[in-house]
Amino acid sequence: MKACGKVHKYGDNVDTDVIIPARYLNTPNMEELAQHCMEDIDADFAKNVQKGDIMVAKSNFGCGSSREHAPAAIKASGISCVIAKTFARIFYRNAINIGLPIIECDEAAERIENGDEVEIDFDSGLITNKTKDETYQGQSFPEFLINIINSNGLLNSLK
Amino acid sequence: MGMTMTQKILAAHAGLDEVKAGQLIMADLDLVLGNDVTSPVAINEFNKAGFTDIFDKNKVTMVMDHFAPNKDIKSATQCKTCRDFASKYDIKNYFDVGDMGIEHALLPEKGLVAPGDCVIGADSHTCTYGALGAFSTGIGSTDMCAGMAKGKTWFKVPAAIKFNIVGKLPEYSAAKDVILHIIGMIGVDGALYKSMEFSGEGLKNLTMEDRLCMANMAIEAGAKNGIFAVDEVTLDYIKDKVNREYHIYEADDDAEYEAEYTIDLSKIKPTVAFPHLPENARTFDDIPEVKIDQVVIGSCTNGRIEDLRCAAKVLKDKKVAKGVRCIVIPATQKVYMQAMKEGLLEIFINAGCAVSTPTCGPCLGGHMGILAKGEKAVATTNRNFVGRMGHPESEVYLASPYVAAASAVTGKISQPSEVM
Ligand code: SF4
Repeated sequence: MKACGKVHKYGDNVDTDVIIPARYLNTPNMEELAQHCMEDIDADFAKNVQKGDIMVAKSNFGCGSSREHAPAAIKASGISCVIAKTFARIFYRNAINIGLPIIECDEAAERIENGDEVEIDFDSGLITNKTKDETYQGQSFPEFLINIINSNGLLNSLK
Repeated sequence: MGMTMTQKILAAHAGLDEVKAGQLIMADLDLVLGNDVTSPVAINEFNKAGFTDIFDKNKVTMVMDHFAPNKDIKSATQCKTCRDFASKYDIKNYFDVGDMGIEHALLPEKGLVAPGDCVIGADSHTCTYGALGAFSTGIGSTDMCAGMAKGKTWFKVPAAIKFNIVGKLPEYSAAKDVILHIIGMIGVDGALYKSMEFSGEGLKNLTMEDRLCMANMAIEAGAKNGIFAVDEVTLDYIKDKVNREYHIYEADDDAEYEAEYTIDLSKIKPTVAFPHLPENARTFDDIPEVKIDQVVIGSCTNGRIEDLRCAAKVLKDKKVAKGVRCIVIPATQKVYMQAMKEGLLEIFINAGCAVSTPTCGPCLGGHMGILAKGEKAVATTNRNFVGRMGHPESEVYLASPYVAAASAVTGKISQPSEVM
């Protein structure tokens, strides 16, 4: 499985309140939520994002609330993968459970810039920055988690 | 190799003699929690997946607290989804307007969590119940759905950081100051994926409410859970609340910790976390004059009866400063009633505070006290992220009930000694 797209780049400690502000949480409709994704730190994100694009950030991505609305809104906005140095643990779990691929990689999180064209190979964890002509080795998932992602989420994997 | 308290609880719930940090396990659950924001997503998934029943009607609980009493039609619809589901599957511990409270204040009060339990909740502050010596952690809605259906979930066994608590808090220093101090010291990702285990001779000087406040904010250091050793204080708290079997687990003497810190309570000073991260903790040696527009006293961190007593002690016979709105939200109906009996509500209302029925309300910028652009609030809540209490350009300063009440009186961030 591969993902390829243009990068939207953010910094450290991107929390779930900016990924999807609580004021919109009065609906469980993820398409509706996607229209407000990232708006408190990147007002034009929903307008600019293209299907398949990639989100890159630094440490502790997704800290804060347990709202699954956060990875779900990112997924519904069309993002195909999130790369960060580290993820907050509930976000990490939620992303896997709903089938949003995420990869931890220090070097990629440092080197990749906003607008770069990046390709990710999930099986090997290899990240290719086409714009800069560089590659970075990300962490691949343990088998247990690959099963969940391949079944497109935890619930399908339980069936 | 010995195990930490958390590892022992997880091993027991996975039916294993031993577990190690990093190991993936399947564990049995004693309680699965959801609220009015996260449960509807879980219920959608439950129906989509075609599950036909929940694993145990006594072990699933739902609390309508975030946007309840409902603030608009959409949130009313979310609560209705939960109410219908709870009634269809005969969920015994479903709490709605009239008997609900903020989930993490309510569940311990109702005796729904006991030492040694393994609890998941679709709310990040589910880590609060570690105060009772339980393993409890926040998860998302899909996990909640799977937990409701199967009574099990997967965990990666966490490594741990040990906090050795010694001494006793000075007057007007609070548990909130201790946890803000710790987060300031280790950072918002200082305990990422790990357990924070609290033990030591100073524990006896921390009440159950103090511990609930501290365990509540473990997630603010990125932790998977926070957990307190079980002692007399714990047993005394649960004795008239929990009437079922439970197990007390103790960390082995040779348990492995990635780091150990000693926290001397006698050195803790009133502390404020500046915007926009809980790790921006400062004591009053280092706080400039910050004028404020609002004070919120409540939430799952500091909305319990002892918190209201602290706030009332400061606000008694005083007035909220002109131009400041002070909102007091007892965390549960029981807290509300007790505060009424003790005359605390009268003190608040005489001081010019608004007192509300239990709700999360302003804590997550939901309703009941939203900030306008450029406004600043001192809150006893647990998060001060961008836009948390309203406009993205508003600011939240986290503090104890003492500091919040003192700030309400002066109209700027103040410590209790300035008004007492
Ligand atoms: S009071 Fe605030 S932190 Fe606690 S459960 Fe409610 S919204 Fe979450």
